[in-house]
Amino acid sequence: MNPTSYENRYGDDKVYDACGLFGIMDVTGERFSGQDIVTGIVNMEERGNGLGAGFAVYGCYPDHADCYAFHVMYTDPGSKPEVESFLKTHFYLVHQEEVPHQAASELPDPPLIWRYFLHVDPAAMAQASEDDEGEYIVQKVMQINTAEMGAYIYGSGKNTGVFKGVGHPSQIAEYFGIEEYQGYLWTAHSRFPTNTPGWWGGAHPFALLDWTVVHNGEVSSYGANRRYLEMQGYHCTMRTDTEVMAYAADLLMRRHNLPVKVAAKVMAPPLWGEISRMAPEDQTLYRTLRQVYGGLLINGPFTIIVARQNEMIGLTDRIRLRPLTAAVGNDGNRLYLSSEEAPIRLVCPELQRVWTPVGGQPIAARLGEPLPVENPLALESSLASPAFACAARGA
Amino acid sequence: MPKKSLQIDASGVPYRELNTQLRQAVDGGTKTIKLHNVFGQRYIGTDLRSPVEIDIQGTPGNDLASFMDGPRIVVHGNAQDGCGNTMNGGEVIIHGRAGDATGYSMRGGKIFIRDDVGYRVAIHMKEYEGKRPTIVIGGTAQHFLGEYMAGGVLVVLGLTLLPDGRHTASYIGTGMHGGIMYIRGQLEAYQLGKEVGQVLLDEADEALLADLVNEYAIHFGCDASAILDQPFTKLIPLSSRPYGRLYAY
Repeated sequence: MNPTSYENRYGDDKVYDACGLFGIMDVTGERFSGQDIVTGIVNMEERGNGLGAGFAVYGCYPDHADCYAFHVMYTDPGSKPEVESFLKTHFYLVHQEEVPHQAASELPDPPLIWRYFLHVDPAAMAQASEDDEGEYIVQKVMQINTAEMGAYIYGSGKNTGVFKGVGHPSQIAEYFGIEEYQGYLWTAHSRFPTNTPGWWGGAHPFALLDWTVVHNGEVSSYGANRRYLEMQGYHCTMRTDTEVMAYAADLLMRRHNLPVKVAAKVMAPPLWGEISRMAPEDQTLYRTLRQVYGGLLINGPFTIIVARQNEMIGLTDRIRLRPLTAAVGNDGNRLYLSSEEAPIRLVCPELQRVWTPVGGQPIAARLGEPLPVENPLALESSLASPAFACAARGA
Repeated sequence: MPKKSLQIDASGVPYRELNTQLRQAVDGGTKTIKLHNVFGQRYIGTDLRSPVEIDIQGTPGNDLASFMDGPRIVVHGNAQDGCGNTMNGGEVIIHGRAGDATGYSMRGGKIFIRDDVGYRVAIHMKEYEGKRPTIVIGGTAQHFLGEYMAGGVLVVLGLTLLPDGRHTASYIGTGMHGGIMYIRGQLEAYQLGKEVGQVLLDEADEALLADLVNEYAIHFGCDASAILDQPFTKLIPLSSRPYGRLYAY
C-alpha cells in the first residue's frame, strides 16, 4: 500500500460527518496527564472516520524545555541520514530519539518518526540571512519540507509535543502512549477528511515553531491564502488546507506581533454591513485590516483551536458554520474548548460556566491570567484603543 | 409482560446500541424510560412513534429527537446541536440551553428551552395544514434566528438578558417565507433580515402567546403574567416567495 495516502477503509457507513476538536488549558501552569484529552476526543469518535487523529501538548519536555523539539516524519526512512546531517550543520543537537510508540500496531504503515532536541547554532545563524531565531527555524523547516526527500518536520516548538497519524483518536493515543505525557495545555483532533487525502502528515495538529492548530471545517480560500503566505516565505507541503492557518498564525501573531483579537479579525473579519455600523475610528481600522490582510481572510466554515506557549485560542468563522463550546471548570483554572459539550462534562462534571462563543470572536486563555468571560461585548470597541494602535505600529 | 418503565445507565453505551434499546423498549410497550449518565449519544428518540416519556439526565448528543413523532422528552441538562431535526410530533423540554440549528426543518410538535439557544434556530421550520411546529426559547438566541423559516411559531422570551440588556442576534428571519416569530423586547431594524417585517399583535396573537408562555411557566416554574407584561415584537415574512424573482427577469 502507498504509505502516504489511504482510501476510506470504513465503507459507506462513514461517508459523511465532521471533524472533532478538544482542548484543555490550565492557566496556573499545572501539568496534567493526557487522560482527559484522550477521554474527551474519544467521546466524539463518531465525528471522525479513522482517517486522522492527533494531539498537541505543551510543557511535555521539561528535561529539554529550552530546546526546539523537531518532530520529523520519515515517509522515506532513507532520507534520515541526509536530514540529520542538515540538522547538525545548522543546529546544535542536544538529544535525539525515536518517538516512542507501540511495537505492534494495527495502524496502516506508520512512518518512522524521530524527535530532535536542538539549539540554534549562533555561528551557523550568523552566516544565514535571518537575524532572528524564529525566522531561522521557519526557513530551515521549510527547506526540509519542500525538498521532496520523504521527510517532514511537523513539529518545531520548544517544550511542545505533536503526535498524529492515520487512525481513530483512541488508536493514535494508544500508539504514542499519549496518557503517559504531562502538559498544562492539550489540544486534540479527530479527522473526517473532506477533500484532501488521509495520510500521516495530513493529520492535525499542524505546527510551526510553537504554534499548533486543530481545525474543523474547510478553507475555501486555501488557494488565495497559500499564495499570500508563499510571498512571505511559507510553503505548504502537507496537502491539507489547515496548514495555511498555522502559518497565518505565525505570520500575524509572531512576525507581525498582532494581538490575538486583531489576528482573529483578519481571519474572521466582520461583514461589511457590521463595519458600516461601527464608530468611524473602528471602521478605519477594520477597513485597513481587510485591505492589508485580505489574503489571510479565511473563507468557508471553520472552527479552530490555535495554541502556542502559554496560550490557547478558540475561534470560529464569522457566521459560525462550525460548532464550538467553551467552558470553565469549577476551580476556575481550566478552560475547555470542544466541538460538543458532552465530552467537557465527561472529563469535568462540575463546570463554573459553559457557553457558545459568537462567530468570529476569539476565546483566549493565557497562562497566569484570569479566564475569559462569557460574551466579551467590550471586544469590538476596545480594538481601536491606544494599546492596539501601539501594537499595530510595532508591526 | 413488557415492563411499563425502564431505567438505562447510558455510561459508555454507543449511540446505536442505546437507540436500539429504546426502540425495542418502545415496541415492547414500555411507557416511561429514564436515561442516566448520557454523554453525547446522538439521535436519542429518533423516529420513535409512540407517546412514551423519556427522561434524560446528562447531555444528549446532536440530533436529539430527530424525526421523532409522539414521545415526550425531558432533558435535565443542556442539548447540543440539531435538537428536533425534522421532528414530526411530540415534545422536547430542555431544562438548560440548546445548541445551533435547534428545530432544524421541524414539521410538528413542540420544543421548550429554558435558557439560551445557538445559531440558526428554527432554520427551515415548516408547517402544513394541521401540523404547526412550535419552539419557545426562555433566554435569547444567537444570529440567523428563523433563517429560511417556512412555517410554525417561534417565541423568544429574553429571560436571561440583564435588566438593561437586549437581544444581540442579527440576520433574524433572513430568507423567512412562512410562520410567525414573537420576540419579547425591542429589535433594531439592522437586526432583521431583508425578508421580514414587524407588525402589531392582534387578539389571536395575544391568545396564542398567553397559551405558550403559560406552558413554558408550568414546565420551568416561573410567573407567566410577569413575562406577558412586557411588549412583544411580532415578525412575519414580507413574501411567501422572497427569492421568486431573483433569477427570473
